[in-house]
Amino acid sequence: MHELTVTENILEIALCHAASAQARRITSLYLVIGQLSSIIDDSVQFYWDIISKGTLADGACLHFQRIPLEMVCQACDHRYSPHGEDFACPDCGSTKVKPLAGEEFYLEAIDVETDG
Amino acid sequence: MVKRIPIVENILGANERLAVKNRAALDAAGVFSLNFMASPGAGKTSLIEITIRNLSEQLHLAVIDGDIATSLDADRAAAAGAIAVQINTGGECHLDAAMIQAALPKLNLRMIDLLIVENVGNLVCPASFQLGTHKSILIASIPEGDDKPYKYPGMYRGVDALVINKIDLIPYVNFDMDYFQRGVEILNPDLVTFPLSCSSGEGIEAWVNWVTTAIEQQRSFVDYRS
Repeated sequence: MHELTVTENILEIALCHAASAQARRITSLYLVIGQLSSIIDDSVQFYWDIISKGTLADGACLHFQRIPLEMVCQACDHRYSPHGEDFACPDCGSTKVKPLAGEEFYLEAIDVETDG
Repeated sequence: MVKRIPIVENILGANERLAVKNRAALDAAGVFSLNFMASPGAGKTSLIEITIRNLSEQLHLAVIDGDIATSLDADRAAAAGAIAVQINTGGECHLDAAMIQAALPKLNLRMIDLLIVENVGNLVCPASFQLGTHKSILIASIPEGDDKPYKYPGMYRGVDALVINKIDLIPYVNFDMDYFQRGVEILNPDLVTFPLSCSSGEGIEAWVNWVTTAIEQQRSFVDYRS
C-alpha cells in the first residue's frame, strides 16, 4: 500500500551511492525482500518506471530476491518454513518459535557504469 | 566500465533515522509516548478518550491524531481533556517519522507527560514505519474476528502491548479466544495483553495501571541516565 514511498526511498539510496561512485548510469538494483514484508514487486516496478525517468537510474532493471520465512523452534531447535496460516513448530507443536529469515527489507547492491 | 557497488542499506532507513531524532526530542522533554495502531473501528479513539479521562487529573496528556481526512478524532481527544493535534495524511496509509517530526513543534513538550499518537486505521503499513514513540500498542477488537494475528503477522510481531477491546461482545460474536491467543503467542511470545471494553469499562483499570507504571519506569530510566 505504501510502495510509492518505498520506491522513492530505493531511488534515493541508489542515487546517493551512484553519485559517490561518480557513476554515469545505474543499470541494475538488487533488492532483498523477506516474505513478512508486505511489499508487492509489480507495484514497486510500476512506480519505479515513473519516478526513475530522467535520473541516473532511468531504465535500470530491478531484481527482487524474495526470502522465504524460516522459523526455529525454541523448544526443540527444529528449523522449518511454515506452510499455511499456522506458524507453530510442525515437529513438537510448540508456539515458542521465532523467525530466522523472512523479515529482510534492504537494497543489497547496484550495478553502475562509470567512465573509469 | 560496469561495476557492482555493495550497499546493504535498509530501505526504510531514512525513516528510522528520523524516528531516532523524534525519540531524542521526546526524551529530552521528559515525554512518554505511545503509538496506537489498529484496524479502522477497533476503538483507538475510544481507548484514547477513556485513558485521558482516567489520567488527566494527575498527568498532562497530548494526542497526535493521524487520519486520511477530517479532524473528528482530534476533536474527540480534545473534548476528553487532552491537547490534540490533527495530521491529515492526504491518502497515505500510515504515519511516518517525518509527519511526527512536523507535528511535535505544535506541542509544548515540556508541559506534557504522556503523548499518544493515533495512527491511521490499518493493520499493514503502520507496522513498517517507526515513529520514535516509546511503546507500540495494538488494539484488536472482538468483532474483527479471531484470525487477525494469522493474517497480519507483521503488525502482531512488532508491538509491545496488545489491547483486546469490545470483550462485552464476546457472547454475541463467534470469536475463539484460544485460537486468537495462540496466533499472538507464535508471533509475539509473552506479549502483555489487556482484554477490556471501552463501553462497559471492564478491564480499563489494568490498562491504565500499565500506562502509569510504564511512565514511571521511563522516568526512572531517564533519571538514571542523566
